[in-house]
Amino acid sequence: MTADLPAPERMLTGRTVYRVVWKLNTDVLVGYCWCGAPHESEDPIELWEWLLAHPDQHDDASGEGGSDAPAPSDQRELVSR
Amino acid sequence: MPSWPLNQWYVAAYSREITDGLLGRTICGEPLVFYRTSDGEVVALADRCVHRRYPLSLSHLKDDQIICGYHGFTYDRTGGCVAAPGQKRIPRTARVPAFEVREVDSLVWVWIGEQDRVDDALLPRAPWLDSPDYTTVRGMEPLQARYGLLVDNLMDLSHETYLHGGYIGTPEVAETPITTEVDEDARVVYVSRHMADAACPPFYARSTGIEGRITRWQDIEYHPPCLYLLHSRIAPVGVEPPADGPDDRAFHVEVVYAITPETEHSTHDFWMVARDFALEDQEVSDFLAENNRTVVLQDVVALDVLEQVVEGEKENYQELSINIDTGGLAARRLLAAMVKDGEEQPAPVTAR
Ligand code: FES
Ligand SMILES: [Fe+2]
Repeated sequence: MTADLPAPERMLTGRTVYRVVWKLNTDVLVGYCWCGAPHESEDPIELWEWLLAHPDQHDDASGEGGSDAPAPSDQRELVSR
Repeated sequence: MPSWPLNQWYVAAYSREITDGLLGRTICGEPLVFYRTSDGEVVALADRCVHRRYPLSLSHLKDDQIICGYHGFTYDRTGGCVAAPGQKRIPRTARVPAFEVREVDSLVWVWIGEQDRVDDALLPRAPWLDSPDYTTVRGMEPLQARYGLLVDNLMDLSHETYLHGGYIGTPEVAETPITTEVDEDARVVYVSRHMADAACPPFYARSTGIEGRITRWQDIEYHPPCLYLLHSRIAPVGVEPPADGPDDRAFHVEVVYAITPETEHSTHDFWMVARDFALEDQEVSDFLAENNRTVVLQDVVALDVLEQVVEGEKENYQELSINIDTGGLAARRLLAAMVKDGEEQPAPVTAR
């Protein structure tokens, strides 16, 4: 799944670094949590919500796919001006 | 509460703007007056005389002191009143607030917020601007729009293709995928777009002399709230940066914006273009200065309109975000977190 991603100019590392790449020739965004878990989405807001919620779900049995839960309050900041 | 983060550095002016006179400029809703003392130090004071609030920026500078142009209250560089007309006794409370200032990289930064919380570690750098290895052209345009609209604009360069076609936009800009990275702790957003084989826009063809297609890289580094860096690399197709050694077969342009809120509905749009080629060539300087100003003004016109639209719209109007907005959304989120942090007051001290 990650093979056809554009080459990064720079790969940041760190416990709080999130990364989003645009899958070549598609409308799909792939987000990577700092733990390495990926998540795909066509909606950047949904993707950021998943990424920012992800560390809380590290111990969650439902694993990396689960992002159907409604956004908690601070995630709304993504769209506020 | 303000829409910008408090307890942060903001660019107030270019170094060369502060010479031997008084410069009045509102930064983040604070009317300030700037001047340079005889020993070269930049001073920033609130631009209001304590007596009847006459703007000090419209007053007189003498011996590193401001003499109010209305009735003559005189202030030293710390904002303390040292003379009042017809009086020997100067009221103890006669003092205008002074602001912390730093001058680096040809920029004058001012700390907006509590002055005893000043933090030099938060000062972002743009060393190209006064490096002998680069030549910089610059300007500043007043923008009648909130600073957030300029942040949105700069985080998404896809608009180059449409708003700036014929200058810096070519079809590849909007069509090439982007990588976005956010460092939450360091509070930096990176947005990269690398075009392996792209048309050379006139902006770069004329200044570099490259004919034919180019490899064009755009690496954005946004240090909210104020400093935006666009590392732009242009090279003939196939010229890759060497694994070690200098990347001297490519042309590098460092585009810098300082995004300084003036009021809730206006912004100082400081723009700079530093290049590492044709350093002495005045024609290239003139061309880049004129063209970049044209591009900035295209944004200003669009954002001034957008401000009117946003002000007039119903509450909770929903925007639609798509892939190109990933970096802009990240920037907004960091800014929102910083606004929240800036509001946190230190624990109140009860005293009598
Ligand atoms: S207003 Fe400044 S001295 Fe009166
Ligand atoms: Fe623009």
